[in-house]
Amino acid sequence: MAVTEEQLKTLREKARRVCIDILKMLTECGSGHTGGSLSAADIVTALYFYKMKFDPKRPDWRDRDNFILSKGHAAPVLYTALAHAGFIEHAELCTLRKLGSRLQGHPDSKCMPGVEISTGSLGQGLSVANGLALAHKLDKSASRIYALLGDGELQEGQIWEAAMTAAHYRLDNVCALVDNNGLQIDGPVEKVMGVEPITDKWRAFGWEVFDIDGHDMAAITAALDRAETVKGRPTMIVCRTVKGKGSKVFEGKVEFHGTTPSKEELDIAMKELSEETVCK
Amino acid sequence: MTQTQKVATRDAYGDALVSLGRKRNDVVVLDADLSGSTKTSKFAKAFPARFFNIGIAEQDMMGTAAGLAIGGKLPFVSTFAVFATGRAWEQVRQSICYPNLNVKIVASHAGVTVGEDGGSHQSVEDIAVMRVIPHMTVIVPADGVETLQAIEAAAEHQGPCYVRTGRNKVPVIFGPDYKFRIGKAHVFNEGKDAAVIATGIMVAEALKARDLLKAEGIDAGVINMSTIKPIDTHAVLAAAKRCGAIVSAEEHSIIGGLGGAVAEALSESAPVPMVRIGVKDVFGTSGDQEGLLRHYGLSAVDIAAAVKEVIKKKKEPR
Repeated sequence: MAVTEEQLKTLREKARRVCIDILKMLTECGSGHTGGSLSAADIVTALYFYKMKFDPKRPDWRDRDNFILSKGHAAPVLYTALAHAGFIEHAELCTLRKLGSRLQGHPDSKCMPGVEISTGSLGQGLSVANGLALAHKLDKSASRIYALLGDGELQEGQIWEAAMTAAHYRLDNVCALVDNNGLQIDGPVEKVMGVEPITDKWRAFGWEVFDIDGHDMAAITAALDRAETVKGRPTMIVCRTVKGKGSKVFEGKVEFHGTTPSKEELDIAMKELSEETVCK
Repeated sequence: MTQTQKVATRDAYGDALVSLGRKRNDVVVLDADLSGSTKTSKFAKAFPARFFNIGIAEQDMMGTAAGLAIGGKLPFVSTFAVFATGRAWEQVRQSICYPNLNVKIVASHAGVTVGEDGGSHQSVEDIAVMRVIPHMTVIVPADGVETLQAIEAAAEHQGPCYVRTGRNKVPVIFGPDYKFRIGKAHVFNEGKDAAVIATGIMVAEALKARDLLKAEGIDAGVINMSTIKPIDTHAVLAAAKRCGAIVSAEEHSIIGGLGGAVAEALSESAPVPMVRIGVKDVFGTSGDQEGLLRHYGLSAVDIAAAVKEVIKKKKEPR
């Protein structure tokens, strides 16, 4: 069953709220990863508010779908989604990175409900997704596992080990997504250490690959729907995104990989985000 | 003590896994193309659906095990010690220990007695690098009997464990009445002049050393410290107070392993003279087991000499 226009409208509005909350919490905190949180906002919104099964009252519910933020530095987008989904109160978002907070700089599954596994050291999340997928297959569970990777993260060798494992064990319950925003902390991905052609690489590793606009909500939801119909192999959705998406202050600017907005920059961004057209 | 029977701890591990697999259907096993050597092949044969060969990809294997643990399984992960703890150290830290997941890493071919394969394959750092990670429990069984019980105890324990096994056949030390407990040392004899705290295959060497010393009128105690972390501080301090001199003995670097853990306990609460038997900050080399133990100063004769040295230190004015 395809997504409706009404659903798309709601999802776009949700994504806009997610972007606003990400920027507010990062400005309040004064440290954290702005660019890669914003570039993933539409993807994470589609996962949490269109595709995934979960119960915020029972984070350990056996039949839930699992989400693994392999690019753990985008923690603000995950925390915001968890707040909107009801796992935590919105007020807690402003505790990001503070002493005693559950909202650690990178996600910590020991203290944060809804976080399946602690991440932050890049390259490890897809292996964990595969392990969950094997467990679900043994249990004949219909749960699906979603893992969000960064494009710079594809430089980690372990990703390609995991790519082989998922294909070898025919893990069609794994759906990975790459937030292909083209920038990493030291500069453009293709300049630092080229990862292209990304889609060809994953196809060669035996994956079903979709290449989409990662800010087109209709395309994201359609790809997530199609991934569920793939049998006998895992799916990779390569999402072409814009780092810092949501405001001209941040878009495509590598310096906002690991820095946060000033109060003035936040004001400008807030004005832009109120425009209905900003998040497609 | 029956010195006649010999069993490799990796073989005991293979048998322990099969028995565990029969009792619990949540047990799953992962290996990285060394199942014939680590003896997980026994489990693979008995329970093929619950065995996952990940290929030569130790980092991926650790992450996959973490995922299986989140999915409610009890994963046992095996490869050679040098790869499990070295190649995949950061995966063990980030994906297993930091989230405190219930993954059991059981590595084989630890120490210099790997033998002919040489220094690249001889892990003499694994205890140190596993011990330093929060949440991790570190166990080094002394023989086949203890290995079997250690695997059962690790399965019952909630949280990550590292269990170190060896390649070669070693004497069976313990009888069927032996009871292993995580964090509890086994005192063979208390001793009076000095106490040898040994782990793994060095326990058998320490017992031989004790007999050599007895002939010379020296009463050396022998303690099997099979859990390196959490170390049995009470047993270490009791031995220090009783004998006033300690020798540690391990088939591992003298830095950061059993010797390090014992020295930490002693220096904080009961400082007494200590001598560490172990690999002295060097890499291994090819050779046969007996030759290597002598080459690196790990034989019963070396332990006996260390006991005499530490007794001399005890008598020196400090």
